[in-house]
Amino acid sequence: MSNQMTYGEGTLTFRHGVHPEEYKELSNHKKIQRIPFVEEYVLPLGQHIGAPSKALVRKGEEVRRGQKIAASVGFVSVALHSPVDGTVTDVGLVDNPKGEMVPGVRIKTDPYSSQQLEERPVDFESLDIKGFITAIQQAGIVGLGGAAFPSHVKFALPEDKSCRYIMLNGCECEPFLTADHRTMLEHAREVIDGILIIQHFLKAQKAFIAVEANKPDAIEALRLHASNNAFPVEVVPLQVKYPQGAEKMMITAILGQEVPTGKLPIDLGVLVVNVGTSKAISDYFRKGIPLFERILTVTGTAINNPANLLVPIGTPMREVINACGGVTDDAARILLGGPMMGAVQKSLDVPVVKGTSGLLVLGNAEIQDFQEYSCIRCGRCLQACPLFLNPARMGLLAKKGLWDDMEDLHVMDCFECGSCSFVCPSGIPLVQSFRVAKGILREKSLRERSLRESKAEGKES
Amino acid sequence: MSVQKVQMEISTAPFLKDVATTPKIMWLVIYTLIPILLVSVYYFGISALLISLTAVLSCVFTEWLFNFSNDPIKTLKDGSAIITGLLLALTLPPGFPLWMVFIGGVVAIGMGKSMWGGLGQNIFNPALLGRAFLQAAFPTAITTWSSPGGSFLSLKGTNTALPFFQGQNIDAFSGATPLAQMKFQHIGTDTLALLMGNTGGSLGETCGLLLILSGIYLLAKKIINWRIPVSILLTVVVISGIFYLIDRQIYPTPLFMLLSGGLLLGTVYMATDLVTSPLTPKGIWIYGVGIGVLVVLIRIWGGLPEGVMYAILLMNAATPLINRYAKIRTYGHLK
Ligand code: SF4
Ligand code: SF4
Repeated sequence: MSNQMTYGEGTLTFRHGVHPEEYKELSNHKKIQRIPFVEEYVLPLGQHIGAPSKALVRKGEEVRRGQKIAASVGFVSVALHSPVDGTVTDVGLVDNPKGEMVPGVRIKTDPYSSQQLEERPVDFESLDIKGFITAIQQAGIVGLGGAAFPSHVKFALPEDKSCRYIMLNGCECEPFLTADHRTMLEHAREVIDGILIIQHFLKAQKAFIAVEANKPDAIEALRLHASNNAFPVEVVPLQVKYPQGAEKMMITAILGQEVPTGKLPIDLGVLVVNVGTSKAISDYFRKGIPLFERILTVTGTAINNPANLLVPIGTPMREVINACGGVTDDAARILLGGPMMGAVQKSLDVPVVKGTSGLLVLGNAEIQDFQEYSCIRCGRCLQACPLFLNPARMGLLAKKGLWDDMEDLHVMDCFECGSCSFVCPSGIPLVQSFRVAKGILREKSLRERSLRESKAEGKES
Repeated sequence: MSVQKVQMEISTAPFLKDVATTPKIMWLVIYTLIPILLVSVYYFGISALLISLTAVLSCVFTEWLFNFSNDPIKTLKDGSAIITGLLLALTLPPGFPLWMVFIGGVVAIGMGKSMWGGLGQNIFNPALLGRAFLQAAFPTAITTWSSPGGSFLSLKGTNTALPFFQGQNIDAFSGATPLAQMKFQHIGTDTLALLMGNTGGSLGETCGLLLILSGIYLLAKKIINWRIPVSILLTVVVISGIFYLIDRQIYPTPLFMLLSGGLLLGTVYMATDLVTSPLTPKGIWIYGVGIGVLVVLIRIWGGLPEGVMYAILLMNAATPLINRYAKIRTYGHLK
């Protein structure tokens, strides 16, 4: 790997944070490969934040690869497409990665189809911003970094806001994951092209691509393509530190400004897009390919052949693991996402969804249980928290169930990065208890609101 | 192995964990105390060994007693009782009666820690609380110092006094520490002697050089917060420097202030006690400066030659208050 970064690069960052072992070498040198087509695909209708889409197909219906099979419902919702030529075998309940049974579609692959796709570019230059937003929604594009927030919603800027900077997130700070790394390296052209398409509509001053400095080859590839056009695209290497890829941390690292609590990046004039999403936008407008497959990392210390795969949405995890040679005898835990924020899976029937950035199989070595000791007030959690919260104090309050006091300490700001639990030498489940507290507080505020509303109604009548 | 067989436990992220654990941190501190103990044995002979052993046994025994109902082995494994025992021993004079040492250990753990609810709950540093109790209960014995040297096997002072007796003093002379000489007779002590530990004093405070090295090691390992030693020592230097400039005849040099008495021992091992020091950077600065100011003022104006213990205990007492007010600003909550 050549490292042509100049002196002083890769030093920008946010304050606090942690340095978990990276484990990227398991898969960061592996080319993205397409996984073979499997027999059946399982597509939950709600793969994004917002209202689940509405099925447009019926059992027994034949569908084509890339055909829209579910329509968006309302504005914060996107369309869903078939990843294969095949037959709908069921429109009913399916597993989703949260461990729930949700409405979804099952499609049996047509074994005789070549699964060829005809490229049909979309003429975006004739579109206005409204047309652009609708097109992105119809292409089923969501944030591919993990949150799966419908992208078109971000592009619909409020009247009084404008976009100064387009910021591409290619930090990929979670240990193990390398999908974004490979995407930037192998698809640098598409990633940059996505920016140019967005820029055509948003008229920003400049674009940044944030990449952690541990991906010098990706930085180089992006710079090469970024220099080919008039619009200024700056590739910014950031310090390798978790959670550098959290939206707020990335913005702070680059602009030196904090995103005020309760506000969005766009309030600072920043629009953040994941690198994979940028590529998806390019793929849709240049080739007419909607979002029905994604790049993900299958890795971990207990998987036989770690890999970066191009996987159709809806592929069951079991098939993805089999494509990587299965798991070792040591396998103990399977997660979707990275080790710091990912979720344990109970069932392997769960399909890959649009927000799946990685599939991780951890061995016993990484999951040994840590005995819990009392808080020794060492302050490590305070020095780790990127939001300058006081996890030690909040943890003590959580043990006593003092949720309101936790709210005063801004527990609702906690974005559950897990840095505090990672460093705590006493093995106290800090972030775990904050999740609980946030849930309780959220419910409480909902209850209070509905109480207020019913009271107000009572007065009116 | 087939995928089906993987045991899918329910648990939540994060799934990675930093290597530091509380027992590891505690044991590391214990390891750094061993050289200090050895030097003490070199200077004060078998007395140092007996006092340390007694203090550790007493602390461990008390810890075990108080946790009898809930898993005593687990509480002992974290090593914190051993630290308390060692630290208590290091603050005692070499000729101190062993039975008093034992009581000191019981008080340190019992009143200094268990009473508050165990590890992490206490307000005062347990070892210093034990030491303060001994000072109040046995004011003569605790200010009776022996000079270093003598054969290894010869016992110092009144180590073997029977319980409830003070014992007969053999080689002791009161007030022979460098600080006391300075305070009452304005006699200085050679810097080299202070660094090497060849002076009178409690078991662990005399060898300045070793304490500095331990401090640097603990800082490098990020066990102690750098702000604590820096704020305390800087404050001591500045304030005692002012006094020194006012009258060089009466007041000692800042260097002497730094190296004499229990300042280094207290700064490296007691003021930095994680449990009893503030959490936020701002809080730590207040705490450290507070200790530094108190140390100099007690040393110069107080009735006692040494003020480190009370300075730290006082700031321990202020720590909950400091924690309440020295908050950190949450990200995104701009003023
Ligand atoms: S999980 Fe929450 S409290 Fe813990 S470090 Fe992350 S943001 Fe801070
Ligand atoms: S890291 Fe753990 S032990 Fe240390 S202060 Fe925070 S909660 Fe307490």
